[in-house]
Amino acid sequence: MSTSKFGDYGGQYVPEALMPAIEELTDAYERYVLNNEDGFIDEFRQRMRDFGGRPTPLQYAEQLSARYDTDVYLKREDLLHGGAHKLNNALGQVLLAKYMGKERIIAETGAGQHGTATAMAAAHLDMPCVIYMGETDIARQRPNVFRIRINGAEVNPVTTGRGTLKEAISETMRDWATTVENTHYVIGSVVGPAPFPSMVRDFQALISEEAREQIQEQAGTLPDAVLACAGGGSNTMGTFHHFVDDSAVDLYAVEAGGSSLSVDEEAGVAPNSASLSTGEEGVLHGARTKVLQDTDGQIMESHSVSAGLDYAGVGPELAHLVDSGRVDPVNVDDDVALEAFHRLSQDEGVIPALETAHAFGYLEEHHDELGDTVVVNVSGRGDKDLETVIEETMERDLSIAPDMSIFREVGGGAL
Amino acid sequence: MSLEASFADEPAFVPYLAAGDPDYESSLAYVEALARGGADAIELGLPFSEPIAEGSTIQEAIVRALEAGMTVDRYFEFVADLDVDVPLVCMTYYNLIYQYGDEQGPRPFVRKAAEVGLSGFVVPDLPAEEAGPLRDACDEFGLDLVFIVAPTTEGERLERMREQVSGYVYVQARLGTTGARDEVSDYTERSLARIEDWDVPKAVGFGIKSGDHAERIVSAGADGIIVGSALVDIVAEGHENDDATEEVAQRLEDKARELKQGALRGAGDRPRVE
Repeated sequence: MSTSKFGDYGGQYVPEALMPAIEELTDAYERYVLNNEDGFIDEFRQRMRDFGGRPTPLQYAEQLSARYDTDVYLKREDLLHGGAHKLNNALGQVLLAKYMGKERIIAETGAGQHGTATAMAAAHLDMPCVIYMGETDIARQRPNVFRIRINGAEVNPVTTGRGTLKEAISETMRDWATTVENTHYVIGSVVGPAPFPSMVRDFQALISEEAREQIQEQAGTLPDAVLACAGGGSNTMGTFHHFVDDSAVDLYAVEAGGSSLSVDEEAGVAPNSASLSTGEEGVLHGARTKVLQDTDGQIMESHSVSAGLDYAGVGPELAHLVDSGRVDPVNVDDDVALEAFHRLSQDEGVIPALETAHAFGYLEEHHDELGDTVVVNVSGRGDKDLETVIEETMERDLSIAPDMSIFREVGGGAL
Repeated sequence: MSLEASFADEPAFVPYLAAGDPDYESSLAYVEALARGGADAIELGLPFSEPIAEGSTIQEAIVRALEAGMTVDRYFEFVADLDVDVPLVCMTYYNLIYQYGDEQGPRPFVRKAAEVGLSGFVVPDLPAEEAGPLRDACDEFGLDLVFIVAPTTEGERLERMREQVSGYVYVQARLGTTGARDEVSDYTERSLARIEDWDVPKAVGFGIKSGDHAERIVSAGADGIIVGSALVDIVAEGHENDDATEEVAQRLEDKARELKQGALRGAGDRPRVE
């Protein structure tokens, strides 16, 4: 079991009906992903080039570098096909399912980015695909729901609980328990039972494999700090993985501080998604990890302005790297993230996802502590978030935001 | 009270209800009604917010119980308040067992469970590979640990479970989550055959909803039947229609009797091997 644990974290806490599937997946992971059996990894890399558009650039950010008097480099995962890092994992897993002889793909999605990426990968590889999505998320991410449908996948609304990511994960696990013999569950982050956390990290590690080479080529040195936003943690682990052994490189996982870091035990709500910063060890969705929970161990409803960070757990490897001191868990609140969204859009002409904006919020607040050379992962582009950004910006008085009066005059409350 | 003894003389009827569904007082009455109706042991659900092994029926029961204020401490009170003389099995998810008390791990929870008179555990998200600490605590305090054998459980995994199981083994009649189904699953006989030589009683669950259904399962070789969703449905319907607690309790008692009688008929049908 040693490969399934990260220190005390990880493991396989799943219903018995899923264990054979998990053993089958572990075997496939070791053969195809770790040992490149039948040329799996070669095909994966080829498809990530031709279909996905890899490698993504590492771009020197001139305005931000001048603003902070620090060399800031952007790893442009927003330029990956689909507009986010999610395709790395989705394509890897759908391809693996094909190698395993599975006939059907299921996946959960929160913000819709993973659902979108999985639907694209399934269409590309000609596999039937069903996406589970909480009804709250369906309401706030309508364009992504439509993108999933356009790619030919089904969307199953999840109505239990608050109708967000954790309910969607639970529901997808239920489907898998029923259909395990012919179906592969493409989990969307470095969470869940082993081998998912390691496998998803390995697919996402293309990010740091490229970034580590690119930064040395361009800056002639390794960076002093690497920043990535963290919800479940897949872009985080992908961005950190090849830097973990570079002990001089500081790694910052920027979580969603939401509206407050406190929790409301009575209501079962944590108005943030900062599991690494404030969570306690527990067991959620198949793994032991850091979890937002009440004193009984009931899982809290998390919150973030960014749907993609809105999750009460986090990848077990990240939890371990935080405990061992290798990764610094930090967070910024909704306001700071929203300001950073506008700043990156205006200064660099890059409209980031709200998830990504958290990393830039931290850069704004702490740039003088990060050293001379900083890499920030632009995990996704922000087109999907524009409706949310308009609403949230109109609720606040942000000096950095564009004049919003045009929306009040033209759009009124309809937006 | 020994769990295994519940299966000794005749096929056992093991019902499930979520404690506190739809509220504390009604739930006490419902569980007691099941005992009157012939339950030989009762699986009493401790509601967890992420019940990944449950179908929608039990999932909704868990939501109702949590909304009505069920907590871990209230659950222990509930067990102490229950007036039944059959063994009670705590069915819950590992995080609640793991978090309880000030000492890390499952020990404080198991100690408390023993204090209030619980007889054992079923933990659907705890496979044999991760069960060591809970098994140890159960041994220390004299409680049983029931494992679920799925249609897909074979080979080494089966052996690992056999080494750790006590009380009874929960044979999952079909793939998927809990929930009442019309047809008997194909897997029951095959699954029973795989564990034929195990010493512990074999109780079959997942999808049993009628006396006839219970009869068929027992005549296929089960030592007992586990029924959850078909009973939770009665609780849910009573709650939706605002029916009186006594009425709903009577329906549960009648259903329990039907299931128990079915199980007894099934034993009569079975060729006796002496």
